[in-house]
Amino acid sequence: MTITRRGLLAGSVGALALGATSACGGVSRSGNDTGSGDKGDTGSLSTQGFGKPDDVGQARIDAFKSAYPNVQLAINEGDFDPQQFLSAVASGNAPSLVYLNRDLVGSYAAQGAIQPLDDHLASAGIKTGDYREAAIKEVTIDGKVYGVPEFYNTRNILVNGKALQEAGLTLADVSTTDWNKLHTVATKLYKASGGGIARIGFDPKLPEFLPLWAKANGADLVNADGSPNLDDPRIIEALTYALSLINEQGGWSKFKAFRDTWDLFGAGNQFVKNQAGAFPWEGWYVNVLVQSSPKLDLQSVPFTDKQGSPISFENGSAWCLPKGAKNPAAAINWMKVMTSTDTWLKAGAARQATVEKNNSIFTGLFTANPSADDQIKAKYVKPGQTGFHKAIENYYASTGYAFAIPGSKAGSEIKAAWQDAVNRALAGQQKPDAAMKQAQADASKAFSAAK
Amino acid sequence: MAVTTANVATRKLLPGGARPTRNWREIRAAYGFISLWIIGFLVFTLGPMIASLVLSFTDYNAIDAPEGVGLANYRELVTDPKVAKSLGNTLIYAVLYVPSSMVVALLLAMVLNRVGRASGFFRTVFYLPVMTPTVAVGALFLLLLNGQEGLLNRTLRLIGITGPNWTTDTNWVKPGLVITMLWSLGGTVVIYLAALRQVPKDLYEAAEMDGANAWTKFRKVTVPMISGALFFTLIVQTISALQMFDQAYTMFFGAQQNSTYSNEAALFYVIYLFQQAFRFLHMGYASALAWLLFLIILIITAVQVRVSRRFVYYEGEKD
Repeated sequence: MTITRRGLLAGSVGALALGATSACGGVSRSGNDTGSGDKGDTGSLSTQGFGKPDDVGQARIDAFKSAYPNVQLAINEGDFDPQQFLSAVASGNAPSLVYLNRDLVGSYAAQGAIQPLDDHLASAGIKTGDYREAAIKEVTIDGKVYGVPEFYNTRNILVNGKALQEAGLTLADVSTTDWNKLHTVATKLYKASGGGIARIGFDPKLPEFLPLWAKANGADLVNADGSPNLDDPRIIEALTYALSLINEQGGWSKFKAFRDTWDLFGAGNQFVKNQAGAFPWEGWYVNVLVQSSPKLDLQSVPFTDKQGSPISFENGSAWCLPKGAKNPAAAINWMKVMTSTDTWLKAGAARQATVEKNNSIFTGLFTANPSADDQIKAKYVKPGQTGFHKAIENYYASTGYAFAIPGSKAGSEIKAAWQDAVNRALAGQQKPDAAMKQAQADASKAFSAAK
Repeated sequence: MAVTTANVATRKLLPGGARPTRNWREIRAAYGFISLWIIGFLVFTLGPMIASLVLSFTDYNAIDAPEGVGLANYRELVTDPKVAKSLGNTLIYAVLYVPSSMVVALLLAMVLNRVGRASGFFRTVFYLPVMTPTVAVGALFLLLLNGQEGLLNRTLRLIGITGPNWTTDTNWVKPGLVITMLWSLGGTVVIYLAALRQVPKDLYEAAEMDGANAWTKFRKVTVPMISGALFFTLIVQTISALQMFDQAYTMFFGAQQNSTYSNEAALFYVIYLFQQAFRFLHMGYASALAWLLFLIILIITAVQVRVSRRFVYYEGEKD
């Protein structure tokens, strides 16, 4: 039985119980323009999920406007909102482009909410080989490419030099190669105060960095074909270990409550206040720290696997073409311009202008375009001996070996399954073994059901 | 009621069995006045409800056409452990929140009832939190309830009590949410205050003459006389508790810092419904979830109405 779709959608799910959820987003109007001809150089172009552009974003928007002056841009400045996006697609008012995290691409592709881009990319002369392989892998589902990758966030370990000195440790001691030794290091860096925590020694960043811990132990959460691999004994061992680090530092309840007090973006951040010893984090955070606390004794080391090889986990955003998108030719032009080397160089120049204005340090632009990254680094990243300079160098190095979770048609469900499992283990509601086995069962069911 | 009876009597007295004339102009005007509401009800309430009922028997992802699956979604409800988990969380929260909210609101209303001339000011103060966006309330209480540095635990520490980790300890997440929600009780306070002011003073005087103390007067006069208001808020607060979403979602599922840390102790039924609909695009299943909640609310409300007949006193119903 098939039922006519459009009339059924609007608000029906929420009609009984979701008065509250209706506030979470609304249908965006993408304009009446149906686009131009095949060249995509006129008509209107609407986006969803791009957020409020900073200097780097604005420079690239300007580059597009300069290349396509007759295309009318309508940028919805909110972050990606699934409810808003789905409502727009289902009601036939899809935006021309949607900007979302690459780990969401698989599920939306499987549901038919976004279109494969292979033909469009070929006709526009966009070569997937120009982008980083890991990023392309994330947006490739069943051999078809569903998104053009943009930023490229990798992880390294950031270390508080002051805490290191206080604990009588050196940077070489902070290593994820020897898990027994890391226990000792974490305990030395950890400080309790009264009934609470004064400093977290080593934060394994659960649940979000479980893929990194699993990889360090030789396992991937998702197989190359997109199927889940969540109950792999090596993953369970990695989770058990990371959990033990937290348990030795006050236990999850106190640990999380203390971590929630950190002023991550302010001048009184957790390093300045000596509240954190070390933790793995994305590269963009160096830019935050250099602005909020430029005199910080920041140090960094790569995350390593048990054999001592550096590993990193990457993710980022992608531009996708929604089902029913108006003016697709202009949308593809946008993807091409926004991620081209020339445009990234303009963005780099804009960032450099900001850096000079603030008398700061250029902390790098990390994109899925390796050629652009190399040129920007050569042009704007100045060598230096400070901890910030070392950290920037480490993040650039990690772009060369970072891995991605492969795209999956049940990507959202698999991610939810392992994150929920880690949360249950953290909260003490389940042992890691039982949690990951339940996660595997849930994710497998979703993977089998995905079309 | 008297007018209706008179009309019926008049109709019966019409000679020759002639049909009573109707004032069609007035009837048309009446329908004209309520037509906007009727249209709104049909389009925004009844229509979506019917659509939701139909969708609950389908596999629907909001993109492709729905495909009928019979009772599969309802069968899934029975076997899905998260339905039981989220329903359990929601019922526990409702059991904690509804009595607490009624007791606290009544206490505040009784204090306000004695304040006298300044009561208007305090009424406004108590009502202001109701005007605060719920997402902002959630974000605010995430800070206030922080186990280590939150204002609540710091205050408790002053009197020698080590407070729990309200936002991270699974045993304390729901009580923490109850505290959060108690902050926005202004609406209930105003209802109780209005009811308290309707209680005739001579009843208290008569009770005093009979030797009643304050507690007896409260039990034997105040509570019965405001039982209608108590019953109304019981129904409304129960429904509201069973639909808990905004604050819990903001605190444990939606905020940036917690976007990956979803505490299952705060997985309320409507949050799970929302996840199924908009995170996993299982619109058909989400519709079935919505109908299950609708039926649960219907049954609980029916039981409350039934039980209330023994306890609720309506001044207007007396002979």
